[in-house]
Amino acid sequence: MLCRALLLLGLSITAITSQAAASKSGEELYRQHCAACHGYDGNGGVGVPLTLPDFQYSVTNNYLKATIRHGRPGRVMPAFPSLSNADIKALVKYIRRWAPGKPFRYPVTPVLGDAKHGQQLYQQHCMACHGPLGEGGKGTGLTFSRPRDLPIIAPALNNPGFLKAASDQFIKATLMNGREGTPMVSFLKQGLKEQDINDLVVYVRSFEQNPLPKEQKPLEAKEATIAFESSYDLKTTIANLKDAAIGNNFIIIREQTLDEGLVEAGKENPQQHIIYFCNFGFLNQALAIDPRVGLFLPCRITVVEKDGKVMVYALNPSRLSPLFNNSELNKLCHEMNDTYVSIIEDATL
Amino acid sequence: MKSRFFWHAVILGLLFLPGLPVIAEDLLMARVPMTFPEAMLKLQSTLKKYNHTLSRVQRVDIGLTAKGYKTDKYRIVFYGQADEIRQLADEYPQLIPYLPHKIAIFAEEEETMLVAVNPEMLFQADDPNLQAIMKKWHNDLQLIFKDMRQE
Ligand code: HEC
Ligand code: HEC
Repeated sequence: MLCRALLLLGLSITAITSQAAASKSGEELYRQHCAACHGYDGNGGVGVPLTLPDFQYSVTNNYLKATIRHGRPGRVMPAFPSLSNADIKALVKYIRRWAPGKPFRYPVTPVLGDAKHGQQLYQQHCMACHGPLGEGGKGTGLTFSRPRDLPIIAPALNNPGFLKAASDQFIKATLMNGREGTPMVSFLKQGLKEQDINDLVVYVRSFEQNPLPKEQKPLEAKEATIAFESSYDLKTTIANLKDAAIGNNFIIIREQTLDEGLVEAGKENPQQHIIYFCNFGFLNQALAIDPRVGLFLPCRITVVEKDGKVMVYALNPSRLSPLFNNSELNKLCHEMNDTYVSIIEDATL
Repeated sequence: MKSRFFWHAVILGLLFLPGLPVIAEDLLMARVPMTFPEAMLKLQSTLKKYNHTLSRVQRVDIGLTAKGYKTDKYRIVFYGQADEIRQLADEYPQLIPYLPHKIAIFAEEEETMLVAVNPEMLFQADDPNLQAIMKKWHNDLQLIFKDMRQE
């Protein structure tokens, strides 16, 4: 009896809560996962606008689904591998509310044309905005990164996420019609012939064959923390680190214990000592590329004495670029990595 | 016999326990529909609500402005629970650079953005104890962000 009752209880909890999970509405999902970048109203921000009629009527539901699932690797737009199919469907339905009506349907036929000619046309008509390799403009969306020379930054076309989501016919329609209200104009109206546009589509499709250039590849995830043992005592290590930071063109901006502000004043543990140092030019440059990296700046090194050992810890900047899904940060992260290692080595060896 | 049914029931119940959905996002981001000063106040009260102490606010914008760079409002808020932070730093020194916990908060025109890293993605540990800690850390962040989005 008891076990039956429990089984039933278990089953009913299951039923109730899985219903609750399934009823997580498209709106809730959108607010939680998308609004930060695309805005509550879908008008764009870090991400491109999703509301424009020309966009809405030119994309298929499958394009939207694939874009959400795969994201745009290295181009800020994250992949959402753990959303369920039902969640993604709910999201698409929610996004579609902004432009009610039937989206365009495309024939699945691939577009045929001359990639060589397409390349010439690309260099003439597209490269200025979408970049020489189709890597997209500097920054993304409406508001990300400065300075901005366009109201909307051109998306990356050589992006594996984009190429996976976009059919030939969709790319063609985008070039034929343009997107009113964005810098992307109709190239038919610009005087190109339909065959030229076919050639361009074939060229864009050919990006699939070229491996992404090294600087565009997302960095591989590594250990999150750099740790070194110091051969000096706590005091000397701290002094050495400060000297080394200054020697590397940084200003020491602050020192504190790890627990300062958490425990009563006077009760802090002096054996966990944080040094903050900054190069404001570098900080400004980093925030201009991706304002989110402020989370890990200014630079910080923590010195810890425990059981007679002095250890030096810093976050591993190479771990950050994949976290932000922004390959424009790769170079910066490498630089920061080298800086940390050289300062810590100078100070501890 | 009894125990098999029993465990099935319990396991089924547990599997679908209501809670926040597990989404493997690398970063947590939220757009707060408030101006920066309002959002800052709300963040302070929200941290308190979840029993966290705000240990410090790093005023990144003030530093930049003082050096002649133009920037909008940008702060880093550090928070935690004294005992928890002490214990984490002691037992898991690899977490030290990421302690106390922090949230970046910055203005985007009339709204405010929050960004934090998902600790479960940063430290994919085998140690079940550490996993549980990361889960709590992540869960707290999700709750804070949810409140901040005013849901
Ligand atoms: C003046 C700048 C500019 C030029 C020139 C330009 N584009 Fe665009 N393009 C954009 C912008 C901005 C968008 C994003 C529009 C939006 O937000 O919906 C875009 C969108 C696209 C898209 C859809 C991408 C996506 O992710 O939805 C494709 C495909 C595209 N452009 C191809 C081309 C090709 C091929 C050319 C040359 C024939 C070209 N563009 C020329 C700025 C430009
Ligand atoms: C961290 C910021 C960010 C988040 C979060 C985000 N996006 Fe994006 N999204 C972008 C950026 C940036 C682009 C443009 C990529 C480029 O410039 O190459 C984009 C592009 C897109 C596109 C393609 C638009 C086009 O013109 O083809 C769609 C659709 C989209 N996002 C939907 C979503 C949905 C739905 C969510 C939530 C599940 C979401 N995004 C979450 C930043 C984001």
